[in-house]
Amino acid sequence: MSLLELENVTLRFGGLTAVDNVSFSVEEGEVFALVGPNGAGKSTIFNMISRFYTPAAGDIRFDGHSLLGRKRHDIARLGIARTFQNIELFEHATVLQNLLVGRHTHRRSNVLSELLFLPSVRREEHRHREAVEKVIDFLDLQHYREKFIAGLPYGVRKVVEMGRALAIEPRLLMLDEPASGLSVEETQDVAFWIEDIKKVMGITVLMVEHDMSLVSAVSDRVMALADGKRLALGTPAEVQNDPAVIEAYIGTDDDAEDAA
Amino acid sequence: MRIVFKTSYDADIRLFKHGPQAFWYLLLLAVAIALPFLIGEFWLGEFTSMLVWAIAGMGLMLLVGHTGQASLGHAAFLAVGAYANVLLQLKLGLPFLLSLPLAGVAAGIAGALIAIPTTKLHGIYMAIATLAISILTEDIIVILAPWTGGVNGLFAPDIEIFGYGFNRYGNITGMYWLYLAITVLIVLAYRNILRSPLGRSFFAVRDSEISAQAMGVNVPRTRTLAFALSCAITGIAGALMGHFSGIFNNETFNIVISITMLLMIVIGGVGFIQGAFVGAIVIVFLPQAISFSRDALSGIFGGSGPSIPGLESGLFGAILILVILFEPMGIYGRWLKIRTYFELFPFYRRDMFRRQKSYLKTERMR
Repeated sequence: MSLLELENVTLRFGGLTAVDNVSFSVEEGEVFALVGPNGAGKSTIFNMISRFYTPAAGDIRFDGHSLLGRKRHDIARLGIARTFQNIELFEHATVLQNLLVGRHTHRRSNVLSELLFLPSVRREEHRHREAVEKVIDFLDLQHYREKFIAGLPYGVRKVVEMGRALAIEPRLLMLDEPASGLSVEETQDVAFWIEDIKKVMGITVLMVEHDMSLVSAVSDRVMALADGKRLALGTPAEVQNDPAVIEAYIGTDDDAEDAA
Repeated sequence: MRIVFKTSYDADIRLFKHGPQAFWYLLLLAVAIALPFLIGEFWLGEFTSMLVWAIAGMGLMLLVGHTGQASLGHAAFLAVGAYANVLLQLKLGLPFLLSLPLAGVAAGIAGALIAIPTTKLHGIYMAIATLAISILTEDIIVILAPWTGGVNGLFAPDIEIFGYGFNRYGNITGMYWLYLAITVLIVLAYRNILRSPLGRSFFAVRDSEISAQAMGVNVPRTRTLAFALSCAITGIAGALMGHFSGIFNNETFNIVISITMLLMIVIGGVGFIQGAFVGAIVIVFLPQAISFSRDALSGIFGGSGPSIPGLESGLFGAILILVILFEPMGIYGRWLKIRTYFELFPFYRRDMFRRQKSYLKTERMR
């Protein structure tokens, strides 16, 4: 059974069909990339899995159970973590606090015990902190631990957001353009991290990315989308050489002749 | 500059960051406890009033500063606390030690009931909804005259704990100590909220509802909880206010009080517990400072001194405008900057506390 399955999913915004009858499945332990031009519906698919949008038709299943009856805040508890294309961090809090919010699904204490800060709450805080410190070590964020997000450079914010998603200890990690706006070196770091997330942590990764060098370096399978429709699905090399994908990105020979 | 060497996770959990900080706060507490031996009864009364306002400010701070929801109607919850406390004592004969927390619970429940429909609103719409509630509460107090005494008001009996009486005019020292103890307990509870997962879910909701949801935070529930806790603290302040003033009616908790509370925390510093105290000091002692300087002026120039109507609210407005223009972090925020300047001297940079929100936008324009 696949970890994540989308079956004939369609989403319309008024007259615009953003995602048109798309089906795919992500297997446990793989890195699956969604590529395509702007407006192809990649982020929309992410937002449907996160339950920010509800598809007009079709079904989304995680671990065999449909997500469509779930509330937005239940998704993380099921083991799905995500990052956002435009970075949605908690601006007026420190990196450490941001990562600790990622532990929210692991919270066992209740309001009353937290008001009194009982020893059980303290012990739990220690456990959360230990889990968060592992993420900090993994992503080399030690230097930024106490810094406020509002003062951090763009590249670091991207890494913090990935760290916050990892702090959830998810089964499926959804990365929305993890390398956008990053330098070549930073993009290489991201590639290594995604490898480790897959191999060492055993987390399945679903990502949206425009940087084809990153996509071909880390993904096991790639799906290309254009105008909400699926163009091709296969290994990175297969998809890059698919005539339909080449046409969507750079146009056909006919177009070139017309232009000339 | 102080560098704190952290050797355990508890260093980030405990109440004080380092020894000297603990020393200064404990010294402040010691001075506060010794205050009745240092100043006269009138000023002690003013300090007691300041503590009540600080508690009310903390209630609103939890909502505005830490959960990012505006409320222009918090005087309504002061009223719920004040009436619930006195009615529980008079009608049910409950002792103060029971009626005070129950008054907080009553205000909390009232807050939660109002929060359920209003938490879907944001910003100015939320402010308008709470404003309406504040105005409605004044009318409800008049309508429920058989219980609340309507416009004639309600007399608050003396506080009695195990046969020991507390009264503003007879035993202000005891009342001050009692209120100080309650204030310290509430500060501790507030700090506990901030250092636990609950506090983190509050600021998660404040900074980004969408990613709070993606982290598994139930946003409507968290906002309702924040509103209820905020109203509970405010309700306790209301109950204490009732005992302090001795008598109150529908006009005691009018819309001006709601706005004053909001002014108080903005002037003091939104987002800091200390800000509630600084704000309370300003609103309680500013009128005293005005009358003091008026007396001093008449001493110099003779006569009864200049009497300017509306001077107090005019000065409040001026201070508020100055704070918003020049120090959005409030008086306490200014103090933090001054302290950092001296700690880092001469390496303080002007943009050290500047929010870099525009960073992202320019970055993404490429």
